[in-house]
Amino acid sequence: MSTSDYDPACLPDLLPLYYRRLFPFSQYYRWLSYGGVSKNYFQNREFSFTLKDDIYVRYQSFTTQNELEKEMQKMVPYKIDIGAVYSHRPSQHNAVKSGTFQALEKELVFDIDMTDYDDVRRCCSAADICSKCWTLMTIAIRILDRALREDFGFHHLLWVYSGRRGVHCWVCDDAARKLSVAARSAVAEYLSLVKGGEETVRKVVLSDPIHPFINHSLSVVERYFQQYAIVDQDILGSKESVDKVLAVLPEDIKKDLAVSFKDEKDPMKRWNLLCDLVLRKKSNSKKGGQYFDKEIMLQYCYPRLDVNVSKGVNHLLKSPFSVHPKTGRISVPIDLKELDTFDPFEVPTISLICEELEKPRAEEAEEDDMKDKENEQEAGERRRIRDYKRTSLAKYVKVFDRFLEAMARSRKGEMLKKSDLQKDF
Amino acid sequence: MQFPGRRKKLIGSSQNDLYDHCLQFYGQPPLENISLTEFETFAVERLKLLKTVENLGVSCVKNSEQYTKKLDAEISRISEYEKRRKDHISHFILRLAYCQTEDLRRWFIQQEMDLFRYRFNDLHSKHKTDFLHKNNLKYETVSAEEKKSLQDKLIASSYGLSGTKVEEHDVYKVPFQDALDLVRTRKVYLLAGNAYIPHHEIVTIVLNDFRTRLSKALAMTARSLPAVQSDERLQPLLSHLSHAYVGQDYSIQKNIGKISLEQIDALSGKSFPLCMRHLHKALRENHHLRHGGRMQYGLFLKGIGLSLEQALQFWRSEFVKGKVDADKFDKAYAYSVRHMFGKEGKRTDYTPYSCMKVILSNPPSQGDYHGCPFRHSDPELLKQKLQNYKVSPSGTNQILELVKGMHYQLACQKYFELTHNVEDAGFSLNHPNQYFTESQKLLSGGRDIKKEVDMSQRSQENPASVTRPSQANSKQIFLDEIQELSDPS
Repeated sequence: MSTSDYDPACLPDLLPLYYRRLFPFSQYYRWLSYGGVSKNYFQNREFSFTLKDDIYVRYQSFTTQNELEKEMQKMVPYKIDIGAVYSHRPSQHNAVKSGTFQALEKELVFDIDMTDYDDVRRCCSAADICSKCWTLMTIAIRILDRALREDFGFHHLLWVYSGRRGVHCWVCDDAARKLSVAARSAVAEYLSLVKGGEETVRKVVLSDPIHPFINHSLSVVERYFQQYAIVDQDILGSKESVDKVLAVLPEDIKKDLAVSFKDEKDPMKRWNLLCDLVLRKKSNSKKGGQYFDKEIMLQYCYPRLDVNVSKGVNHLLKSPFSVHPKTGRISVPIDLKELDTFDPFEVPTISLICEELEKPRAEEAEEDDMKDKENEQEAGERRRIRDYKRTSLAKYVKVFDRFLEAMARSRKGEMLKKSDLQKDF
Repeated sequence: MQFPGRRKKLIGSSQNDLYDHCLQFYGQPPLENISLTEFETFAVERLKLLKTVENLGVSCVKNSEQYTKKLDAEISRISEYEKRRKDHISHFILRLAYCQTEDLRRWFIQQEMDLFRYRFNDLHSKHKTDFLHKNNLKYETVSAEEKKSLQDKLIASSYGLSGTKVEEHDVYKVPFQDALDLVRTRKVYLLAGNAYIPHHEIVTIVLNDFRTRLSKALAMTARSLPAVQSDERLQPLLSHLSHAYVGQDYSIQKNIGKISLEQIDALSGKSFPLCMRHLHKALRENHHLRHGGRMQYGLFLKGIGLSLEQALQFWRSEFVKGKVDADKFDKAYAYSVRHMFGKEGKRTDYTPYSCMKVILSNPPSQGDYHGCPFRHSDPELLKQKLQNYKVSPSGTNQILELVKGMHYQLACQKYFELTHNVEDAGFSLNHPNQYFTESQKLLSGGRDIKKEVDMSQRSQENPASVTRPSQANSKQIFLDEIQELSDPS
């Protein structure tokens, strides 16, 4: 059982344990140092903490991994956000001449939040999620991951479960971290297809020719649409939701379908009727390019991202491996190889992993303790590694390790290329 | 940097080379002497041109036939050489006036870019290539094999591309960071971080380059500015030039505390523009507004005279009726309200959004209520809303026609006229707070035609009421002309 009955009131007791024995500090530091290629990259990084009683502190920065650990163990943050790498140490920003303290680099990030889909999901609303609507996140990840890799040429993407109702993507390539505000907003807008707020009924409009990106996205959506929208969400079941679907269609198609639906109650057959009708209208129409069925699929399934999160170089985003205070779940990396079986309700909570820690240890553990007594310095770290390995957190740290390995290999490749070029006279 | 009128450098026949192309990147500042009159004339004329570019950009679709025809008409006919010389000099003069703040720079860059785009598109294909070569823009062309293999994808992503065009003309491969406008609107094929640009689209890339260069140049100009401002002949002109485009920005709060919180509901029906009425209603109904809505509405309220204390009370009392308890409000949202009034963070006193800003930036998405209803609402829903607000069917149709023609501010003006029962609004709407002020003026009994003597605040009145000094003081005349520019009627 994953939840292990998490109670937010226990956070003050669980967090110190988590930060002392489970938080993967060395991997975390390895990530944010990016191989030490840029000087002071880690030292100039802004972190923000939300402490007990909602006290929010910005411009936290640390000089070493050790200092990070000590501070986090001392302050016991409830929430941790990661910001930009600045021109100076954030903790000293007041000492810097005004105007010179600037955000220089940051990962390109995306935040997909389930509440942005409230107008098209019937199973839940607001902060709730369930296995039925989680498919939306799966679709979002597949579409965005492909586009960021194939269209934009990025390689190092870290997808993270936010802990409650969404996912985040951290694009960590060198080029991504150096993007300007204008570039970030352009990427986010390229990836946006669903436009409009409360006042817009038809939120997706397609016209000829259809951009290859849209076609790729459609093929992902089509894979999931029938099971997700027609069966699970039952969008063509009740009158209310049928009306909503038909609202985006032109009058003549709407009328015809209203009539056909009187006799046909099966949602799958209704969907086929809709698609056939749209196809027929398209071939008759002189204008061409009527893609209402595709527009509906996209409106109900295509990822909705908040451009403002991705735009700002100095935007602060929830850190991987931080705890979500309301649910107790750890923000864990998502393994894309197992994406279709990822279950947010199986993600370990802080109470679960703390409980797993307290379980009696095996005999090998006794031997390790002996080794520790010999070398205290590394003992802490070794112990911590052994500790998280005994908990459900282990497999997620492995995903993170693989991600870090790939970046390290890539950096090595870059350096070899550079030195090869230099050898050429 | 060299300023015209101060140096005595004489240039000989190299003048002819200087203006051998009708378009330029403004890389080199002018080196000649000009008179003070020319300095002022050139500057004002270019500013007029840029204002025209701005107005056309709002009322027509950019680069449509209508837009191009209208812009053609504005550009007068004088000798080619004179035109180019004037273009060169006036651009640099305006740099001096518009380099000082982020807002000014953004406006100047936007209009100069639109102007450049229009002129580049006007060029013959051969001249386009000449321009690219002259300015060292070497973009990598795609090999014939690659073109063939990507042919379908290229045709599907770029406007106006056919199979033959792909075969015959060059396609350029450019890192996506250099083609942001095309990426943003998804008008280009992307692969592995590269944008594949057909020959006829190269203007967007060139524009990007133009923007980057101009942005850097303005930053540098700002640093040299103190030297220019110390020249008494230039300082007054430059400072009036930079105020001309802004008009009144409602950053100086008059009437603080003159509005009471109890009046707001009634005022929202009578004197608020549709966008703010919409936001107010959403706030009352949902007891919440997201960030975009809080900014747009909160700053508007500041502009009509709400004090910080009133604002805090207003937002808190509403949010508390919803899911936010008083404690949480004080911790999370109060900070944001104080921030709006310049009491937190870098203490910027934010100015209420103009119509241009509301229409063009931060479009609303699911769960948002901000933006311009004439721009961002579905016409059907807009129609319903207007009917609910008791606008006559014929009036509603007039508004919808204007919306179809993308004349959003005119549509709002029409809404003003219909709800206040006047034939003519009597002002050119470009700011929600202006709507409020004009409405209050009307409702409190008649217009006040008193001319504003204070130069630091521009009023939106009929320019005919501005009196000109009887003596022929040429400098004074120019200042009046600049004042007129702030009223785009």
